[in-house]
Amino acid sequence: MSSILARRRQKLLALKALRGAPAGPVPEEEPCPACGTGSTRREWVKNLYVCPHCGHHMPAGAYYRLSLVLDRGTFRELDEDLCSNDPLDFPGYAAKLTEARRRTGMGEGVVTATGRIGGQKVAVGALESRFFMGSMSAALGEKVTRLVETAEKNRLPLILFSASGGARMQEGILSLMQMAKTAAAVRRFSRKGGLYISVFTHPTTGGVTASFASLGDILLAEPGTLIGFAGPRVIEQTIGEKLPEGFQSAEYLLEHGFLDAIVPRAQLREILQQLLTLHGKGAGEHG
Amino acid sequence: MAERTAAERVALARHPDRPGTAEFIPALFTDFFEQRGDRLGGDDRAILGGVALFHGRPVTVIGTRKGRTLEERITCRFGMPSPEGYRKVQRLLRQAEKFRRPVITFVDTAGAYPGKEAEEHGQGEAIASTLAMMSELTVPVVSVFTGEGGSGGALALGVGNRVLMLENAVYSVLSPEGFASILWKDASRAEEACEVMKLTAPDLLELGVADAIIPEPPGGAHADPGAVMRALDAALIQTLDSLRKTGPAALAAQRYRKFRGMGAGAVRKERT
Repeated sequence: MSSILARRRQKLLALKALRGAPAGPVPEEEPCPACGTGSTRREWVKNLYVCPHCGHHMPAGAYYRLSLVLDRGTFRELDEDLCSNDPLDFPGYAAKLTEARRRTGMGEGVVTATGRIGGQKVAVGALESRFFMGSMSAALGEKVTRLVETAEKNRLPLILFSASGGARMQEGILSLMQMAKTAAAVRRFSRKGGLYISVFTHPTTGGVTASFASLGDILLAEPGTLIGFAGPRVIEQTIGEKLPEGFQSAEYLLEHGFLDAIVPRAQLREILQQLLTLHGKGAGEHG
Repeated sequence: MAERTAAERVALARHPDRPGTAEFIPALFTDFFEQRGDRLGGDDRAILGGVALFHGRPVTVIGTRKGRTLEERITCRFGMPSPEGYRKVQRLLRQAEKFRRPVITFVDTAGAYPGKEAEEHGQGEAIASTLAMMSELTVPVVSVFTGEGGSGGALALGVGNRVLMLENAVYSVLSPEGFASILWKDASRAEEACEVMKLTAPDLLELGVADAIIPEPPGGAHADPGAVMRALDAALIQTLDSLRKTGPAALAAQRYRKFRGMGAGAVRKERT
């Protein structure tokens, strides 16, 4: 691998990550939305946008996440130019798509790539909560499915970071169908012996929870992540009562048996590396 | 076929007298034996399933159940399954695979139950793993949408080699009320939502989500259930016959390709 190209790739990812960094341009001191304690921009950045006082994890952009876990200079984006075609010709959707694309610099709500973690080659993807709340469009489902197929074809471990409000309403039933499509793809990958690590990040609900995100061999989450099928408001309306504090949090799911571990952002790369090593050749040479 | 607005079809699909799984099973099958329980600690009455004979051949039949009387409706949570229900579905699917029985599903649900316990018991995981399991079965799977088909809760029973819809059945990413409430923050605009959602059987046939439409009597399925049963019977015979010659691996492959291709026309390439 040419080191000039690697440096260039690193620079590109760093630039994109900057754009996807959670707080954007912030004033000198930005209070934590959870505990209210102020931290300087420098402190936020240094602490990976995790509050140094209470440990609250700010939502992070897709490129930023990938820049935190991948080895320097190994990021190679896939299907960067794949985007939604407004399949139902839904009123107002095309304009909203243009706006989301302009704001995020992304074609769709997921970044997919190959790269390396601790030298081990992986297929990796991250959903972007600022792009239609990471909702599942046909293009998003297609990019995820192609990533799974890339992992299968090249015998790579698969790592996906979820962050999603659920279905992309403007794509109606075609959004729903992506649940079956992605679930089938990861199952097929799994049957061939591939390792799939799914990481829930705040918030992950609806069709993404009820498809590929829940089907990992290993399920991880960032602290405080909201994970559910139905959103809390819908549940409260249905049962006519307030939900207890912390309902549907990662901590709650861990207690109920639906996660392997909660991993703070600063430890994620190390844990992923450990898991890849533990799966040894099985992780990279399945088939 | 009568020309109806989408909202009129939604009303027919939700009609309280519309025949459901509990009526289809005795009308279309013989020797039905209901299998209850998920073997993990629960039995969801919103899912009705078991083994039966269809024209003399064993099949696994599974459907959502809304219930008839108020008491039944409450027990069945108005047809909205819990994780226990989806895990019962998985148990029945595994047996269908083991005993090489075709699977027939009937779908009529507003969606998976959005309750506290349902979340605690892993509604998302239950639906996800049902989708994955259905996608890889090597026996024929025919899914019939008979009334409301709402959200992932409906799709979990809908990963068929063939997807059939009754003429006035609807199938959508979310209920029109939920859709209007999420998109426009106004649930009262549900009727407007019906029109833009493309949720009717003809819409879904055009989008490639449904493979065939089963005609209903002019007044809707509840007006003449006997006619619906005859049409459904004929459609199921024909559909199962068309799949009979396909081998196990090819059945799984065909189903995989069908769903792999969903939304292929909904993406395009453009530099950002």
